[in-house]
Parts: sequence; structure tokens; C-alpha cells
Amino acid sequence: MTTQSTSLSSDELAALDVAKVVDARGAACPGPLLEAKKAMPGISVGQVIELWSTDPATKTDVGAWSAKVGHSCLGTLPAEGYERTFVVRGK
Amino acid sequence: MSESLSIVLFSGTDDKLHAAATIAAGGAAMGMSVNVLLMYWALDAFRVDRIENEHGLSYDAARPRWKEPVEHVGEIPWLETFRQAKELGEVSIRACAGSLATLGLDPSRLDPLVDEEGGIAAFLAAADDGQILFI
Repeated sequence: MTTQSTSLSSDELAALDVAKVVDARGAACPGPLLEAKKAMPGISVGQVIELWSTDPATKTDVGAWSAKVGHSCLGTLPAEGYERTFVVRGK
Repeated sequence: MSESLSIVLFSGTDDKLHAAATIAAGGAAMGMSVNVLLMYWALDAFRVDRIENEHGLSYDAARPRWKEPVEHVGEIPWLETFRQAKELGEVSIRACAGSLATLGLDPSRLDPLVDEEGGIAAFLAAADDGQILFI
């Protein structure tokens, strides 16, 4: 599996300027993935969305999707009962 | 020949599980990278407390003596065939995250044959340019 990711450190992820937070907590696959896709047209190329998910499959799913469609998955931070995944819009 | 073969395994009856296991084993034997995604009834069949049970036959077997065509076989060895497939080559078995949620099933209750929980995009990425079968 090819995953396009420029893995940033936790500090770097936490310091990112995020254009949009997508709260997909409570949704199971494919929900979070579809929410991420829907959010992309709302930001510019080069901007970052932060996807919140309680589904452990989300981070690898988003990594695979990013690689396939031309975005860049920067990494995931743990939060209280969910995970925060950061994606840069590539095109 | 494509290097990868992917199976979305949805069915949970012994006959279909055996068909899927045979294809996975064949692919592994031929050096293909085999990806299996367990959904719904197949996922349920891979529960560690249910995997050794009888899972019945599919609707195709519906007839007055429904097990007659396979009565001579005894146990249908799909589980053993999956184990052999993994020994033969590159076979990954993922539990569909969506199905886990729908069934209210925690991945810790699955048989060790299941490698990990996975989402649909990860499975499709692993499937790459290879064939995807739905069983």
C-alpha cells in the first residue's frame, strides 16, 4: 500500500494553521472519509483540514485516499477519545 | 498476470467461505499478493468464539435434503484452507471497520487469522490494479 505522507512531528502537527476542522466523531467507515472529501472544495490548495474521528481505521484510510487523489496526509494526533488527522489539499 | 488479487468476503456460510479460501490459497500459491476484506456475515464467522462452528450452506443449497450434495464431505475445511493460504504466501485479512461498527463487534473478539481492522480506502489502495471479487 502506498501512502503519501509527509509525516510531521507531534509538535509540528499541533502548530499547524488549520483552515477547517471536520468533526466526524461517532461516524464509522466510510463516513469520516466522505466528510473529508466533502470538505476539500471548501478550502484552497495548500490549506489544511483537520479531521476528527473515533474510528481507528480513519487514519490509514485517509492516508490511502490522499495518496490516490493527490492530497497529502501529514499525520495524526491523539485526543481525548478520538484522533485528529491532518490533510493538506493537493489539488 | 496481475500481482494482486482482492476479495471482499461478505458471505458467512461454509460453502462460500470455502470458495473464498480456495481462491485466496490459489492466489498465494501463485505468488500473488492476496487481500481479503471481511464484511457482515463473513466477519461474524471469524469471531474467535464462532470460527469453529458450523456455518451452514448458502441459499443455493435450498432443497428437500439441503445438505445432500455435500453429505459425504463432513466438515467443509475453509478455516484450514485460509490457514494454509497464509502459510503459502502474502495473504492479508482485514476486518471491515464499517461492519465492525454495524455488528457492534470489537476487533479483539476476532480470531488471530484477522490481521487488522481496516477502512474501505485502505483496502482499495491495497487492491491497486488487481481484480476485486465479491463473495
